[in-house]
Amino acid sequence: MFRYQEEILANEIKSIVEKYGNKRENLLRILQELNDKYNYLSEQVLQNVASCLKISPSEVYGVATFYSFLNTKPKGKYVIRVCKTIVCDLNGKDKIINTIENELGIKVGETTKDGLFTLEYTNCMGMCNQGPAMLINNDIYYNLDPEKVVEIIEKYARGGDSNVD
Amino acid sequence: MLIDSKKQILFSEFTPGYGLSIALKMSPEKIIDIMIRSTLRGRGGAGFPTGLKWQATAKAQKTPKYIVCNADEGEPGTFKDRILLSDYSEKLFEGMTIAGKAVGSNKGIVYLRGEYRYLLKKLDKVLNRLRKIGYLGKNILNSGFDFDIEIVLGSGAYICGEETALIESLEGNRGEARNKPPFPTDEGYLGCPTVVNNVETFSYVPYIINKGADWFMEIGTEKSKGSKLFSISGDVKFPGVYELPFGVSIAEILELVGARDTKAVQVGGASGICISKKDFDKPLAFESLPPGGSIIVFNKSRDMLKVLKNFIEFFVEESCGQCTPCREGNYRLLEAVEKLERGECSINYLKVLRKLAESMKYTSKCGLGQTSPNAFLSIIDNFKGEILARPKKVND
Ligand SMILES: Cc1cc2nc3c(=O)[nH]c(=O)nc-3n(C[C@H](O)[C@H](O)[C@H](O)COP(=O)(O)O)c2cc1C
Ligand code: SF4
Ligand code: FES
Repeated sequence: MFRYQEEILANEIKSIVEKYGNKRENLLRILQELNDKYNYLSEQVLQNVASCLKISPSEVYGVATFYSFLNTKPKGKYVIRVCKTIVCDLNGKDKIINTIENELGIKVGETTKDGLFTLEYTNCMGMCNQGPAMLINNDIYYNLDPEKVVEIIEKYARGGDSNVD
Repeated sequence: MLIDSKKQILFSEFTPGYGLSIALKMSPEKIIDIMIRSTLRGRGGAGFPTGLKWQATAKAQKTPKYIVCNADEGEPGTFKDRILLSDYSEKLFEGMTIAGKAVGSNKGIVYLRGEYRYLLKKLDKVLNRLRKIGYLGKNILNSGFDFDIEIVLGSGAYICGEETALIESLEGNRGEARNKPPFPTDEGYLGCPTVVNNVETFSYVPYIINKGADWFMEIGTEKSKGSKLFSISGDVKFPGVYELPFGVSIAEILELVGARDTKAVQVGGASGICISKKDFDKPLAFESLPPGGSIIVFNKSRDMLKVLKNFIEFFVEESCGQCTPCREGNYRLLEAVEKLERGECSINYLKVLRKLAESMKYTSKCGLGQTSPNAFLSIIDNFKGEILARPKKVND
């Protein structure tokens, strides 16, 4: 990275840390916001946060890797998380996964070449009465069937962001 | 069985601010006395008496004190708190405010699971409205009492529903459970006395303050008073959240939700137990079948070994990895299930694993490891016939 880009990044991070206050207990909130902003938490981001909060980078890294919604590697613009827990399993999550894999040409855990979608499993997200269910970034989709899933994904592919308030 | 609306509380009429205005005129001791007499028990799983928890926090010397709402609802099959958060959050916020008055706290925090982030805007709107009409903020309803509530998001970790892991997460750490004692009532958030209660628990509070302990105790069984929200899903015609009195039996519930050909029912989520037909007449109550929040129904077409595998995979993924019995134990159980699947598990080996599962219950540091063997033990016991001695798989 060029020197001036590094400086921009450092300043951006500094201002976010200052917004929350540079107290240790704000670390998770700071990481959540940075994860949204940059799509993932690079080593450089984590180091900057550590120096702002005056704690060791390994401590920051430890927190970043603990939570499944924080990424320490680049992900697609849209992260699709399909529930794999018991009730969605009963209700046909395999079909949903299969459909998405076929449609996007990726397997669970992979990102499409255009960087648009990452497909993941997640555990029960409290939608069991309306499964199978999935999250795309922060938006929830439920009562899914293969056709519906394709429609939803096409909407995102066209750039139609979040549908829910 | 028809739903008896006289035995419903949370789904009954509610006048916002009514319980609050009564509580603000009471002394903290009086509020705690009513809560203790109501015998309300926590609805987040463990069933600890809420009044006693508040009393301990009120008595703790250190200040400031905190009121934390556990909205991490991650137990598989549980979605009742989502309904309360999305449609009835005034009750929750009012209950938290009354708790604040009772224990001497001015700050409430809702720890909302990351998966429910889409509810955040709506919840913030409700909080703002409550501030505007003077139900939150400084000098609430001219009583001189200040209280406000902030919402903090989780980031996708089931273990953060355990109260000490939740506190670690609130403090910006990895969500790793702490040893207890000290209990959060003495040393919770930032080392200060903290009440941690479930969403549903707080939601009963304004009703109890308004209508009294005796009224609350008219519903339920000897040792489990009041009603309970049940999240019902799986092989049923009408899945959803139902408010029913404690003491209702599984059989009654199955009829209510239109379940057919039921083979098994998982009571209390992945960390609960799986029962077969012989137990369908048992009442759901803390003293018999502790209900947690979740009822998952399986019909005759389901393969119980597959069900068990799904549960164990859940625990393998969600264990925080801090202690060996849980981290390693759940792996061993998963291996055993894979052996069973291939028809390669001897009954002797299963006996060894039984011992392991029993010891996990006693040696794990927190509730996750202590309860994760429940599904294994109950499915192995109640569905032996279909699980043991499967034919060996030839290929694959
Ligand atoms: C692994 C694990 C997960 C838990 N998840 C939740 C949860 O999502 N929501 C909840 O209210 N309690 C959960 N609990 C129980 C809490 O530790 C705690 O007992 C509860 O929040 C206390 O509130 P209550 O007395 O109102 O039930 C969990 C416990 C364990 C061991
Ligand atoms: S029992 Fe499991 S979840 Fe609990 S502290 Fe030990 S490893 Fe972590
Ligand atoms: S099991 Fe999928 S949302 Fe609960």
